Amino acid sequence: MNHRMRPKKNARRFYGQGIPGVDPEELVGKLIVVEGADGSGRSTQIVQLMNWLETCGRPTVQVGLKRSTLVSEELVRAQEGNILSRTTLGLFYATDFADQLENIILPALRAGFIVLADRYIYTLMARDMVRGMDEEWLKNLYGIALEPDGVFYLSVEPEELVQRNLAKSATLDYWESGMDLGLSRDLFESFVEYQSRMQAAFRQLQKTYGFEIIDANRAVETVARDLRKNIQGLVNGSG
Amino acid sequence: MKTFKELNYPGRLVAVEGLDGSGKSTQIYLLKRWLEAEGVKVYFSEWNSSELVKSATSKGKKRELLTPTTFSLIHATDFADRYERHLLPLLRAGYIVLCDRYVFTAFARDVVRGCPPEWVRGIYNFAALPDLTFFFKADLEVSLQRILDGRPKLKFFEAGMDLRLSTDTYESFRIFQGRILEQYLAMSREFNFMVMDANQRAEKQQVLVRKLVREHIDLPKFKRRGALPPPLAPAPRWVKPAGPAPETEGDTEA
Repeated sequence: MNHRMRPKKNARRFYGQGIPGVDPEELVGKLIVVEGADGSGRSTQIVQLMNWLETCGRPTVQVGLKRSTLVSEELVRAQEGNILSRTTLGLFYATDFADQLENIILPALRAGFIVLADRYIYTLMARDMVRGMDEEWLKNLYGIALEPDGVFYLSVEPEELVQRNLAKSATLDYWESGMDLGLSRDLFESFVEYQSRMQAAFRQLQKTYGFEIIDANRAVETVARDLRKNIQGLVNGSG
Repeated sequence: MKTFKELNYPGRLVAVEGLDGSGKSTQIYLLKRWLEAEGVKVYFSEWNSSELVKSATSKGKKRELLTPTTFSLIHATDFADRYERHLLPLLRAGYIVLCDRYVFTAFARDVVRGCPPEWVRGIYNFAALPDLTFFFKADLEVSLQRILDGRPKLKFFEAGMDLRLSTDTYESFRIFQGRILEQYLAMSREFNFMVMDANQRAEKQQVLVRKLVREHIDLPKFKRRGALPPPLAPAPRWVKPAGPAPETEGDTEA
């Protein structure tokens, strides 16, 4: 857990090459990212943050994974069939991300909105890394992404994630258990192992991208307070 | 990047590149027919043809949803799907794989659309290089004429209309193709293209293509032992004797 505020960033920037023809300086809104596994309380926290921000009178839009007009349906279908190999799946998700980046995130930021992202490139990169994709390749690919104003990773122990997922739906999701990796035939075992690997990948990415790690083993309200405190400063930064 | 031969794959990959209307698709089709007749294990794969990705691509094109970045990524996804699911296993199994367009198409087009060259090349660096790349170099006017004769209606992305080069579709297409040609020519030496004179008659070109393939690939090694049914390859979606305009629903070009 880290409550320390990061020093204010000097300038808006893309991580790498960015999007052709877009000047980051025009993007005057704020981009806030919440990361975390299913069962980390991510969705609950996003709903609360959205309510809070709008109640405070801040125009806010939400984005997330697999929600693009361009490829979301095809992605869902591809996952159902489970026939995509890792590079293909990685690129498909990158396409979905890019579509939302260009059509929702950038225009909203240009108009001064707060964009609340229910996961961002880090989940995508961590998933691909766990599947053996090269980190440098991923950094180049996601060089199109804009550096957010704040990234909060909700960290929950894998054992606690299992409990929360089972309490919610009485089963574990195929992809969230990393069953495509063949770690174990046992869904429970595979889930715990996969989520541990995902956390290791996040720790690795944290070194480069420096996001805040929030201890989300705690009660929902405690985590929410923590997030609000962190985000308050960010969104009030320059109005 | 290395070729499949350098990576010790038992198979070999032959790619054709060139502008729309350069006649490359006719040439690779005739090459395929010859190799089949020789009893060689051969597979043909076309740019932008992965079943899985196609519905997204054609939706993106029809509704003009694509930006240079998503245009590039969706074609990379298509390529990766064909590469990992078909090309790699076939090359491991000792096939000669024929590709109508390969990564160079992306290198040329995406860069013309404004994507940073290093970014595009980085994305495709999971792919090995072809063992043989034929570049069909026709005069720009010849290629344009072949396309414009056969198919008067140009599609939005195919004509490069997204680049706002001109409000006139034909003018836009001309400028767009001209820029792609420049990119190809700039890559020609770096990637060892076999440059073919595509202004020549098709049958003359094919004689040379076959000669070069025979010189570079020890064909008897790739013959199938015993009788097996031919592999399930997608049937060519067009066949036209001369100056083929690839007429497909999704479009082969842009």
